[in-house]
Amino acid sequence: MLTLTSPVEIWAHRLPAGLKLAALALGTMGLFALQAPLPLAATAAATAALYASGGTRFATTGLRLMRPLWPFVLIVGLWHLWSADLAGGAAILLRLLSAVALANFVTMTTRLSDMIAVFQTLARPLAPLGLPPRRLALAMALVIRFIPVMLDRLDQISQSWTARSSRRPGWRVLVPATLAALDDADRAAEALRARGGAG
Amino acid sequence: MERNLTHIALFAALIAVLGLIPKIDLAAGVPITAQSLGIMLCGTVLGARRGALSVLLFLALVAAGLPLLSGGRGGLGVFAGPSVGFLLGFPVAAFVAGWIMERTTLTAGYAATAASVIGGIGVLYVFGIVGMSVMLDKTLPEAAFLAMAFLPGDVLKAVLAGLITQSLARMRPASLLSRA
Repeated sequence: MLTLTSPVEIWAHRLPAGLKLAALALGTMGLFALQAPLPLAATAAATAALYASGGTRFATTGLRLMRPLWPFVLIVGLWHLWSADLAGGAAILLRLLSAVALANFVTMTTRLSDMIAVFQTLARPLAPLGLPPRRLALAMALVIRFIPVMLDRLDQISQSWTARSSRRPGWRVLVPATLAALDDADRAAEALRARGGAG
Repeated sequence: MERNLTHIALFAALIAVLGLIPKIDLAAGVPITAQSLGIMLCGTVLGARRGALSVLLFLALVAAGLPLLSGGRGGLGVFAGPSVGFLLGFPVAAFVAGWIMERTTLTAGYAATAASVIGGIGVLYVFGIVGMSVMLDKTLPEAAFLAMAFLPGDVLKAVLAGLITQSLARMRPASLLSRA
C-alpha cells in the first residue's frame, strides 16, 4: 500500500523520527500561541521555505496534500470578508495552513516503519495495562495486511451482486462484507493461536 | 485474547476500507463516504471497549502516515486541521455506541440505530463542533452551523448501521460481540 512518505529523499528524511515529532509538537503549540497576523505570516513563509528546500517535486506533492483544506479556506475567507475582519481571518488561515503543512512535512519525511517504531516506544508505558508494544505492532501489521484483502472481497461481492441484479450494488453488500470481516477475524485468531499466540 | 486482537484489527481495516470505496452509492446517487458508518459499526458490533480500541488503532495508522481517511487523507496533518475534533471524537463515539448497545434490551436493529444516533452523531458532533470552533476561531453556534452540512448523510448512515447490525443479528447472532 502507498504511504504518504515522499519518495523524493530530502535532508529531513535523515533526521530521527522522534526528534521531528517533538519539534512538530513544540512548533504547533507555538503557532497556537501566536495571535497577530504578521508573526504568523513569517512562520508561514518559513514553512514554505522548508518545503522549497526539498526541491520542486517535493514541494508540489506537499501542495497537493493541502488540497482537502480549500473548502475551509473558502468558508473562513468569505466569512471574514463579510464581517470585514480581514486581519483576524488572515491570522486564522495562516495558522491553520502552517500547522497542517508542518505536520504534513513530518509525515512526508518519515518512513512508516520509523513512525511505528516511535509509537511503539510511546506505547511502552501501556504495557502493564495489557498492551505490550509487540501486540500493538502485530495489530498494526494485521490491519495493513487485511485492507487489500477486504477491498478485494468487497469487489467480489459487488461483482456477484451485479451478476444477479440489474440494479447497482448498494449498501446491502456491506452486510456480507462485515460478516466476512468477522469470519476473517475468527480465522486469523485461530491461526495466531496455533502459531504460539499473540504474545 | 487472540480473538479480541484480531477483531479489533479487522474492524480497523473495515473502517479504512469503508473510507476507500467511493463506488458504493449509499442512497440514490448520493456518493457519501461510509467511513463514519464504520465507526458506528465498530461500536454496535464489537461493543464499547473493543470498538473504541479498534478506532484508536485506525487513527494510529492514519497518524503514522497511511492515507486511510476518506478522500485519501492521512498523516499528521489531519490532526492539525479543522476536522481534528471529529477524529478525536471517533473513538468516543464508538465507545458510547457500544456502551448503549450493551446496555439496552431493545432488539438489535433499533438498539443499533439509537446507539449510532447518540454515539455516532450526538457525541461525535460535540467533539467535532468544539474542534472546529477552536481551529477556525469561531463561536460554538457558528461552528455548529458549519457542521450541519454533514447531518443528513450521518442520519442515513446511522439507519444503515442499524440495518446492517440487524442483519448480522439475524444471520449469526453469536457474531454480535456487543450482545455476547
